[in-house]
Amino acid sequence: MLEDYANLFIKSIFIENMVFAYFLGMCSYLAISKTLKNGVGMGFAVIFVLTITVPLNYLIYEYLLVDGALKWLGPEYAKLDLSFLSLIMFIAVIASMVQLVEMIVEKFSPALYGSLGIFLPLIAVNCAILGGSLFMQIKDFSGISEAAVYGFGSGVGWFLAIVAIAAIREKIAYSNVPAPLKGLGITFIITGLMALGFMSFMGIKL
Amino acid sequence: MRLRNYKINKKKSKNKPLFLFIGKNSEPLFSKKNKKLLSDPLDDNNPITVQVLGICSALAITVQLKPAIVMTMSVIFVMACSNVIISILRNLIPNRIRIIVFLVVISSLVALVDQFLKAYAYDVSKELSIFIGLIVTNCIVMGRLEAFALGNDVWKSFLDGIGNAFGYGVILILVAFFRELLGSGNLMGFQVIPDFIYDMGYENNGLMLLSPMALITVGIIIWIQRSRNNKLIEEG
Repeated sequence: MLEDYANLFIKSIFIENMVFAYFLGMCSYLAISKTLKNGVGMGFAVIFVLTITVPLNYLIYEYLLVDGALKWLGPEYAKLDLSFLSLIMFIAVIASMVQLVEMIVEKFSPALYGSLGIFLPLIAVNCAILGGSLFMQIKDFSGISEAAVYGFGSGVGWFLAIVAIAAIREKIAYSNVPAPLKGLGITFIITGLMALGFMSFMGIKL
Repeated sequence: MRLRNYKINKKKSKNKPLFLFIGKNSEPLFSKKNKKLLSDPLDDNNPITVQVLGICSALAITVQLKPAIVMTMSVIFVMACSNVIISILRNLIPNRIRIIVFLVVISSLVALVDQFLKAYAYDVSKELSIFIGLIVTNCIVMGRLEAFALGNDVWKSFLDGIGNAFGYGVILILVAFFRELLGSGNLMGFQVIPDFIYDMGYENNGLMLLSPMALITVGIIIWIQRSRNNKLIEEG
């Protein structure tokens, strides 16, 4: 049992890395990776929000939206299939959760808010967050704990990616890049090479 | 002070739309300025390579030309409609909750596209899997709503939406074209590289089918674009 969770965790970090395998969350990945400090802040915020929203959306999908999910209301609801609403529900949950998390963090931990605060509003429109929930819908997890492990794992994968690229970008500022490639261009190419590196994890059988 | 107030008032009244759909009737529908709205995003102000918006969903679906074209059409539909809707509502939306209003409008439109594709083009919708859904968080839609539709009249916003969606599509289709051509020798699923070239020893470059090559292809497109147009080069 524990083994399955460990497998899922490793798989979501390395083999199905949000950035390198699916290109999710590329916008904030490119925009906020100019310095390592901001990269780390954004990375933690993503881990935090993914770990909360994926299991939450799992519950909503499983008990409200999926075909026959409303059985618990009574037999006449058993035929309802509301899964076409999943997109709207997921984004609503994410937007409101982000707002809530921001308020809670601000109230109880001003220090954490100081470092995460400015990144939290950005997260509502980070594709990695919605992507996590949509992948959860496709993958058909058997329980909420699996969904939570998956959310946490993909968050850690995203964190790794942004920290790595931020560190590389800090160094690359000192090297002699051809002028048209400066900034965006070279970042794309480096990300491509890193993604090639990450593909080597695909050989791992879990 | 009074003078300034007067000026602001004057400006406001000037911007008031005469009619819901077409702001100032004095301007022809395809004036130079409006044409620029349509053509700028294709090159100098491209949403992907210059504004850096909407990369998230752009890259994963460029292995073949067909899903890329379907994706482009969906984005054109969503952007044009959402820009028009937000532009109609722009004077009614309270500033503080505008992001949520955007999200509601966009996600209903995307759900519409999603259901439509599931009904009429099931294969392609299977192939695109979650990426149609991810148009919701595609920064390009949100970014244009925030930057343009919230402050311009309906017709202009419509043109801006179409223009930016095309700019997005151009990059998508370019990347998909090269990846499919070099990676599998096909275009739109038909073989285009004749057999005798294969007989002479040509081989498909399997690397182009892997996801990292999408990033590198976009990197090269940016390189070419910026060396053609020096204004776009970044400092530092």
